[in-house]
Parts: sequence; structure tokens; C-alpha cells
Amino acid sequence: MSPETNLGRRKALKTGCSLGLWGVLAAIGLIRSGTVWAERNNRAFEAKTIDEALDALGVALTENSAAIQLAAPETAENGAFVPVTVTSSLPRIEQISILVDKNPTMLVANFILPEGTEGFITTRIKMGQTAMVIVLVKADGNFYRAAREVKVILGGCN
Amino acid sequence: MGSPTKIRASIKEGYTEVRVLMQHEMENGRRKDDAGNLIPAKYITEVKVRHNDRIVLECQFGTAVSKDPYLVLRFKGGQQGEKISVDWIDNKGDSRLDEAVIG
Repeated sequence: MSPETNLGRRKALKTGCSLGLWGVLAAIGLIRSGTVWAERNNRAFEAKTIDEALDALGVALTENSAAIQLAAPETAENGAFVPVTVTSSLPRIEQISILVDKNPTMLVANFILPEGTEGFITTRIKMGQTAMVIVLVKADGNFYRAAREVKVILGGCN
Repeated sequence: MGSPTKIRASIKEGYTEVRVLMQHEMENGRRKDDAGNLIPAKYITEVKVRHNDRIVLECQFGTAVSKDPYLVLRFKGGQQGEKISVDWIDNKGDSRLDEAVIG
């Protein structure tokens, strides 16, 4: 995350939304003392190209890795619900990111895995058209990549 | 405050599997209503899954996670009867916290 983005966020946090929202969250017990939400990588979520997204995620170009299994349908009837499962036996997985290269925004989701959580995630994503689903796995400080094309018959309005 | 999140957690061989179904429209801000007006974006941005009080998964979502987000995760350990909780927050500040026990 760039310093500018950080500053912007600090400013936003200072100017109010923090007090109101965080106050409410604390009051209903969502935030226990000492716990804070991990900082969401907003720049990555706003990225409109894969290069922008990779840059925001701090990923250098990576090659496809056989150590990641990406399960997704070859053809999805309905782009609004495309099931995706990522499995990896790489040691010390810290993060799994799912991207779609032809959606209006590239980054679908980031998953942060603490120690003890298996390299496994299933979720459902929206795809506007036939595109590549790209998965990035960060393990022991390095990024690994897997990708496969999913043909979409009816776009998911995303 | 949103509708309840459905949580199922069960012991498998060497790990606990948690299945989560959140109820949320995940509106991306690009769709129009019947009158042609843009429907404002409203989507979950962050989710935390906890085993007892320990975080086992943190998620950051964009607008392209499907409506009623579904998740399956696996973590080492976990005993029958122990607590699993899921809380989410959306871009409008709406939030929800639900709990279940490992079956």
C-alpha cells in the first residue's frame, strides 16, 4: 500500500467515520479491546487492470505453479454464481487472492490465513463474461499463481 | 442489521471444516433499477471467522463476490461443542455477528 493511500485512510479515519462506526461496533462487541480490522487493500480492489491489481498487491510477475489447484467450471451457465475452490499444499500460506481479468474491477477477494488454517478456500464469484480466473497464493513471503479460463454463458452483471 | 449468517462446522480427519452462508445482496453499484436509476453499491467488505476467540480466516471482499457470499474453510484442531463465529461489515457500515458450535 502506498504512503498516499495510507495517509488518505488515516485522514478518513480521523474525520468522523471512525468515531461513529467504530463506536457502534465497539458498543455491540464486534471489536474487543486490542483487536482491529486488518487494513483492506482498497487500491487493489479499485484496480481496473491486472497490472494495477498486481502492483497494488505488491506482486511481481509470477509463473503458474503446480502447487496450486484451482477448481472452477469449464463453462458457467450463470456468471452471477461461479464456484471457485483453491487448494494448495504450499507451506506457510499467508494469503490467497482471487482475480478475474475481464471484470470491471480485477480483484474479487483477498483471504488472509493465519497459522493453522489450511491452504483451502471455496467461494462463489461473479463474472461478467468469459475470462481468466487468476489465483495468487502468498506462501512464506513468495507469490505463486494459478489461472484457468471459465466460459460464461450468461454474464453476472457485475 | 442484515439477516442471520448460516454456519455449519464439523470435524473431519485432522481438521475442522466450516461452511458459511452470509445473507447479503452484494450490490455492485453498476446495476440499474426498473426506472433506470443506478442502485447504490452495498457489499460486504470484510469478514472474520473465529474459532473460540482466535481468528482462523480474514476475508476482504470486492463487489464481485456473489450475492449471499458462500465460504468453505478448514483449520487444524477444533473440538465438538467449541464456538465458531462469523462477523462481517459492509461498505455502508452495516454489520452482523453470528455464532455456531462445532458439530
